[in-house]
Amino acid sequence: ASIYSYTPNYSPYFCQVQRILRERFCHSTHGELFGVQVQYKHLIELLKRTAIHGESNSVLIIGPRGSGKTMLINHALKELMEIEVSENVLQVHLNGLLHINDKIALKEITRQLYLENVVGDKVFGSFAENLSFLLEALKKGDRTHSCPVIFVLDEFDLFAHHKNQTLLYNLFDISQSAQTPLAVIGLTCRLDILELLEKRVKSRFSHRQIHLMNSFGFPQFIKIFKEQLSLPAEFPDKVFAEKWNENVQCLSEDRSVHEVLQKHFNVNKNLRSLHMLLMVALSRITVSRPYLTSADLMEAHQLCSMDSKANIVHGLSVLEICLIIAMKHLNDIYEEEPFNFQMVYNEFQKFVQRKAHSVYNFEKPVVMKAFEHLQQLELIKPMERTSVNSQKEYQLMKLLLDNTQIMNALQKYPNCPTDVRQWATSSLSWL
Amino acid sequence: YKPHSKKRARVQWFVRFSEIHPSKQHLLGRKPEAQEIFWYDHPSCDSIVSVETIIGTVQVVALALDESPPAQLKHKGFFVRMSWDTKKFWPLSAELLAELGRRGDSPKSQNPVQAQTKTAESPAWTTSEHAVGRIESSHSASKSRQAAARPATPGARKRLELAGLLKTPNTRKARQTSCAASASLGIAKRKMASSTASSPSKRSSPDEAREDKSSSECRMVLRARIPVTSTTEMSLGITLTPSRRAQRPSVTPSINLTPENIKKRETKEPEAHTEEVSTPHRSQRKSSLLTLNRIKQQLRYLDCKENDEKEEEFVPGAGDSDSSSEEEEEGDVSTSALPRTSRRRQDKNLQTATQPSLQTPSKTPKKTPRAPRHATPQIRSRSLAAQEPTTVLEEARLRLHVSVVPESLPCREQEFQDIYSFVESKLLDGTGGCMYISGVPGTGKTATVHEVIRCLQQAAQTKDVPPFQYVEVNGMKLTEPHQVYVQILQKLTGQKATASHASELLAKQFCSGQAPREATVLLVDELDLLWTHKQDVLYSLFDWPTHKEARLVVLTIANTMDLPERIMMNRVSSRLVGPRHFSHGAALSGDARRCLDICRRATEICELSRQKDGTQGPVTVAHLMAAVDEMSSSSYITAIRNSSVLEQGFLRAILAEFRQSGLEEATFQQIYNQHVALCRMEGLPYPTMSETMAVCSRLGSCRLLLVEPSRNDVLLRVRLNVSQDDVLYALKEE
Repeated sequence: ASIYSYTPNYSPYFCQVQRILRERFCHSTHGELFGVQVQYKHLIELLKRTAIHGESNSVLIIGPRGSGKTMLINHALKELMEIEVSENVLQVHLNGLLHINDKIALKEITRQLYLENVVGDKVFGSFAENLSFLLEALKKGDRTHSCPVIFVLDEFDLFAHHKNQTLLYNLFDISQSAQTPLAVIGLTCRLDILELLEKRVKSRFSHRQIHLMNSFGFPQFIKIFKEQLSLPAEFPDKVFAEKWNENVQCLSEDRSVHEVLQKHFNVNKNLRSLHMLLMVALSRITVSRPYLTSADLMEAHQLCSMDSKANIVHGLSVLEICLIIAMKHLNDIYEEEPFNFQMVYNEFQKFVQRKAHSVYNFEKPVVMKAFEHLQQLELIKPMERTSVNSQKEYQLMKLLLDNTQIMNALQKYPNCPTDVRQWATSSLSWL
Repeated sequence: YKPHSKKRARVQWFVRFSEIHPSKQHLLGRKPEAQEIFWYDHPSCDSIVSVETIIGTVQVVALALDESPPAQLKHKGFFVRMSWDTKKFWPLSAELLAELGRRGDSPKSQNPVQAQTKTAESPAWTTSEHAVGRIESSHSASKSRQAAARPATPGARKRLELAGLLKTPNTRKARQTSCAASASLGIAKRKMASSTASSPSKRSSPDEAREDKSSSECRMVLRARIPVTSTTEMSLGITLTPSRRAQRPSVTPSINLTPENIKKRETKEPEAHTEEVSTPHRSQRKSSLLTLNRIKQQLRYLDCKENDEKEEEFVPGAGDSDSSSEEEEEGDVSTSALPRTSRRRQDKNLQTATQPSLQTPSKTPKKTPRAPRHATPQIRSRSLAAQEPTTVLEEARLRLHVSVVPESLPCREQEFQDIYSFVESKLLDGTGGCMYISGVPGTGKTATVHEVIRCLQQAAQTKDVPPFQYVEVNGMKLTEPHQVYVQILQKLTGQKATASHASELLAKQFCSGQAPREATVLLVDELDLLWTHKQDVLYSLFDWPTHKEARLVVLTIANTMDLPERIMMNRVSSRLVGPRHFSHGAALSGDARRCLDICRRATEICELSRQKDGTQGPVTVAHLMAAVDEMSSSSYITAIRNSSVLEQGFLRAILAEFRQSGLEEATFQQIYNQHVALCRMEGLPYPTMSETMAVCSRLGSCRLLLVEPSRNDVLLRVRLNVSQDDVLYALKEE
């Protein structure tokens, strides 16, 4: 409580806190690398050898999404650029999602290297010309005189799908011959990446792999949490920063916070999801309540782990809920076999006839409309593609909700008629 | 044939803002002023250039950072405040400033000359446009005179020193190469050098101009990249003082009527000259005028001839409207020559450049940038030399790199011998043939063939075998099989052609056998990539050598032994001779590249462990094993061990589901239900569907699972990409 008694005018700082932390969470450039010192050393040594000695190399950085592959390479490149070699290195950054074939990739490489067939932002020449031009350029170079080029290929696996893997073959081939020094660095989340490479390409790859596996435990996770939330020492208002960091320290020792983090850690170890959690929590603080509390974190966690379909179900009308329940029963009866609208309608009619006093009997077109709405929400899915001629009533459908989801959603559904709820628990409840 | 100019000039390099790499322009941090240029501080610029390449002088005023440009600069001339070293803008260093200043840049000092010119009958020339310099004739006589005159001409703006080197045929060549080199730098620089003095013998006649055309092609390229400075500003102010009249004879040649200049559309320079000449001293310059007139006639003549070729546009230079004399018309022309337009013109008859505008200067500015015709494929060179290895391990690493060509190719002696004798016999017989070489990747196919070719080339030098031409193509380095024709043709003859045209030309060359040529050895690497449905590429590759006159030996390399039988039709494979297979004998992998990479990695591991415990041990087997492990170990198990609790739970649920159903595939919904059941059994809170779905897609993205790509939602089918035993093993270990 003593912390909150501090109420001088800190609203400008408050904005700054949010800005600093949001930047950190979104761009994930800040901070130490966690538990990847060995990998980092391997990578930076490799890059230095390329930059300083002109030794060609190729390496793959492999790790699940959000494990810090890009962060690792960015850190390494930053360090490389800080040491004296900065002017001696050319960088080419490609992304498999953007450069979807070799033609585009080649133009981009040529542009980034600023070769002489580039005018302004345009690369001239056909695909074949560009390829031979680039190869010629790279071939001309040698270890001691040419500027080394660092190729960073993000989403490396997608490059393996290019025709003949021409680009990869040539990059690896150059990295294995006495031409311009290259460092080819591929980032991918696929563990089976080597199987994607054609044997000639594979043979030319050096088989260096750097694995990032989130290999930290929970205590380290808490440490990361603390570090990610702490304000830097160069924050303008020292007093506020101190208080903030003190609060973060308290949080990291709080039991309920531990519980939240443990839950989160069990689901997802990667830092990106932690950032997401903290981001949500951070947006809950206000000028009048400028410090994070464990409640904020708890709510953030709840938001993050919410079931999205249950949320959709909460917004449905009673009729639509009824249809879903009818489908659930059909699934139970026919053991997951697909159903059509007519079956659902019949099931619904049976229920309405039994409980005529409590449920309004809708016209068939209205029910159809509700059914279509469910399809639009993708709670049900047609088995085949809808053709123009087919009769809607008889199109086979499948329900994309699980029984547990339906029951959980019903429990929280506002103003659910008791009869409907009872019907949901058992199709035989009228007996 | 008259000797060419022997002059070299020392120039200073400046760069316009627009010529600085666009990505670096922001470094200036402000907008450049209209007449601002930058001292170009780059070691690669050759400050000695051929006199002939010089257009004229230009006025450059050096300023300290805080000074504002002098008023009299007006529209002509430039001022320099900062220097640019390709990385950063710097203020001019004190000594540079002093140097520039000393060289006569102070505007005041120039006034006398300006006045002089002004009064001299070219009213359009304002004082400010006086660029000017001193010329030093390289001829010793005039040189000494000039040296003396230098201090005497306060208005000298130009710093041009002609280093009068006597020109030998070689020097020209040297110059050309240096020009080419600077051209390839890719940054267009402006040469602010000016007037030249050349030997009287050089007084160019139109004939010479034409003769020279071809030889100066190379320099043309250079020119193309060097924007012509606004030529109005280039006047050779030197001889304006009566005291210098003695110099006249040597000045006339300096008009640079050498063909290079004309071609470069720098005719302005001569014009500028003429204009100067038409100052009070005109009468004394009859001889030079005469020459000029002759040139003009020649130009016109060419003009008529090549009128139809004009298609270049010209943007008028800033100050070209002021000329009234006939000669100045030509001056205009060159002024308007755009640096940009020069590109296309390179290939053309250069004189045309000046012509069109003479008649109808079309003034449409160009909108789209032109494709550079003569772009040199080159990666920029490093500014800091690569370090040589210092320690034993570094040295070892260097030698273990796959790129290093070993002195011998162990275990390939037999293959080497086979290939060598095959090619040698064909060369000696003057016949052709082809050979198919196969072997899995990394067995040294290409390396062996390269070695064979190297030996044969040595033998050819000592006349042991007839000389031959060697061409190498690689299927993987082509965008499309038919491109192979283009590459072969280009490497054989230097011609450029489309694929179909190239194929015709090559067929003609090899099959019709016209003039006796030297034999050709063609290496086709990665042959299987050249497969097309019609097999026309493979067919022609194997068909050419069968023609006696072709004298073509084709060596083909691929990594499948049965390629000829498997993918080639009979008519193709029947033309193939002598397959040669490379095999290997290593246990783990026969890939020599792999082996070298492992060794290289082992040295790194060794170095790392040395750093750790400060020992000095050699590379041991342990290091090698560590490297092998690192490179060949499967990462699936570590990945599973390091995944989160929920991810591991999901994998368990998959195993349970598979065991229950007896199948190797299940829908997400089934697995989820299994997962929930497992959690209930252990009394754990079970995760929501969304969370589990996220887990599933994460495992799918790193390919521990194979997941359907579609949006099947809960119905999506899931398989394991690892064996169940591995998963079990990885999960148990915990």
